[in-house]
Amino acid sequence: MQRVLMKGNEAIAEGAIRAGCKGFFGYPITPSSEIAEYMARKMPALGGVFVQAESELAAINMVYGGAATGSRVMTASSGPGISLKQEGISFLAEGELPCLIVDICRGGPGLGGIQPSQADYFQATRGGGHGDYHIIVLAPSSAQEMMDFTMLGFELADKHRSPVMIMAEGTLGNLIEPVVLRDAVTEFVDKPWAITGCRGRQPNIVNTLHMPVELLQTRNQHLTKKYEAIRSEEIRSEEFMTEDADLILVAYGIMARIARKAVINARQLGLKTGLIRPITLWPYPYETLGRAARHCKAMVSVEISTVGQMIEDIRLAAEGKVPVHYIGEIGRTPNPEEITQQLLAIAEREGLR
Amino acid sequence: MARGVVTFYSDRCKACGLCMLFCPKQIMDFDKTSINSLGYHPVSVAKPEECNGCGICALMCPDLVIEVGRE
Amino acid sequence: MKIIAKKPESLTGAKYHYCPGCTHGIIHRLVAEVMDELDIREQTIGICPVGCSVLAYDYFNCDMLEAAHGRAPAIATAIKRLLPDRYLFTYQGDGDLASIGMGEIVHASMRGEKITTIFVNNTLYGMTGGQMAPTTLLGQVTTTSPYGRKAEWEGYPAKMCELLSINEGAAYVCRTAVNNPANIIKTKKAIKKAFQIQAEGLGFTMVEVLSTCPTNWGLSPTDALKWMEEHMIPYYPLGEFKVKGE
Repeated sequence: MQRVLMKGNEAIAEGAIRAGCKGFFGYPITPSSEIAEYMARKMPALGGVFVQAESELAAINMVYGGAATGSRVMTASSGPGISLKQEGISFLAEGELPCLIVDICRGGPGLGGIQPSQADYFQATRGGGHGDYHIIVLAPSSAQEMMDFTMLGFELADKHRSPVMIMAEGTLGNLIEPVVLRDAVTEFVDKPWAITGCRGRQPNIVNTLHMPVELLQTRNQHLTKKYEAIRSEEIRSEEFMTEDADLILVAYGIMARIARKAVINARQLGLKTGLIRPITLWPYPYETLGRAARHCKAMVSVEISTVGQMIEDIRLAAEGKVPVHYIGEIGRTPNPEEITQQLLAIAEREGLR
Repeated sequence: MARGVVTFYSDRCKACGLCMLFCPKQIMDFDKTSINSLGYHPVSVAKPEECNGCGICALMCPDLVIEVGRE
Repeated sequence: MKIIAKKPESLTGAKYHYCPGCTHGIIHRLVAEVMDELDIREQTIGICPVGCSVLAYDYFNCDMLEAAHGRAPAIATAIKRLLPDRYLFTYQGDGDLASIGMGEIVHASMRGEKITTIFVNNTLYGMTGGQMAPTTLLGQVTTTSPYGRKAEWEGYPAKMCELLSINEGAAYVCRTAVNNPANIIKTKKAIKKAFQIQAEGLGFTMVEVLSTCPTNWGLSPTDALKWMEEHMIPYYPLGEFKVKGE
């Protein structure tokens, strides 16, 4: 077992290589570019393909073509680049082409800034492109998980024939931590649908056009069923000290680590707090949150966003049973002490102290 | 002189007339006595004995209507 | 009896949805005949565009992928890089290639991607009802240039062969037409040459084929051929613009 110091972005790239990724198609954008740089260095010797595309549009469509061959392929970008890729992601979802899309988030809207952000939550979880679809979204919270979730992402993509997104803050992409290098994946699923040339078989077609209304309906019903299966099999979350908690924080990614410390701080000050960390942002752990809402007194969304995006999912899960508060800002990551202070203020308002 | 045998898949014909335009023998015409499933008078060879099997009609046909053989 | 002409194996034989006299059907057949003659049907992957030929995946009897508007060269790039011994062709109209897909085609040619692009130029957007394309001729009336295309309003028609042939990565760039039997035979030769140059790995290859749109030009199929000869060919001269090594 080898343990090395790695940047989060590098852990993603190395994880992808260990997961058998054969093609990387990207376009530079801060704070994700180290992933492309790592792949550019490593892929040639591994017999893989690295192409720096002319745009994010081209990059995601290269992913579309690459995934159609049955190879494990990926791209990585950040907020504005992911916006451009959304059309392609819609095509990938309907073409049922497994692939990995990494979003190392920066602040928006517009060009925004390159500071850490979780403000891509909407475009990640709402199927930011056109049409009825979802993609699986995994939110790592450490360099180790950047590697592990990348490998898991490829596995889930193949299992469900769906694009999978890794959504992480720029902080995590650039954070250097010890990472245990995982064994390379050696077994892969068959992809008889792949476009490889029709030697010895009928031609395969990858297509997203369905002009007859019955076909359009059948395709959408098929996807809907698939999303139901993903919901029943793939929801992942973690709970910390939620059993007796009056005030439950909900945070993901690097915010979950910081919120965890705030929970410990608040407990020391006599406030019964707990934490739910969604790991899959889609499918979202509504049931876990809904259960918690039945016994806690209030919930708090902690996000690196000013508007508050995940808070909408928390409210859906809470179904009005408890008030849902918000702690969040953009451009900097609040520290545990600051969050603790805000929790105390919320507790005061809710009469919990 | 070579003799051509032209076979028509008339249900594919859209009566565009490109084959007729370039037939060097000018022996093709719309068959006004029939209407195909697409709603057109399909093209046919009015004087088959004059066909030399050059294949130009099939070359011009956009719709794979015509097969040409040469004896 | 010797068979002179019949449906190539590389076409499924499904009835085309194209309008009467539309020369897409001729161009499909030529691509398929080349695949038959080179015996590469089972090694070929085709990418179809958005536009009139969006349904080409129903017509070519090989592995096919339907692309987002304009992105076929990017898709073909990835497939060719991952499967370098396959033949890749993109089949794209002028709206798809010269407008929304201008970036992808220019960069695929600059990178010298070993693919073959069949670029069908009929001077307008056919599928959406005859709107102006980058290739619409000056003075030509379309539904979005109702007063005729004017250089001061809409700029000049895009000459894609001329534009792409200056790229080092372009190995073969040729413009042909399908307005008469002689030009159809030349078109097939050009497509075959493009596939052969692709196989030699010399770089990007493209055959621009001038095609008709009788419906949106408002002409009969036979008059459309004349219009192509009188208006398109003078502005879009036929011939080879780039043959690497020659």
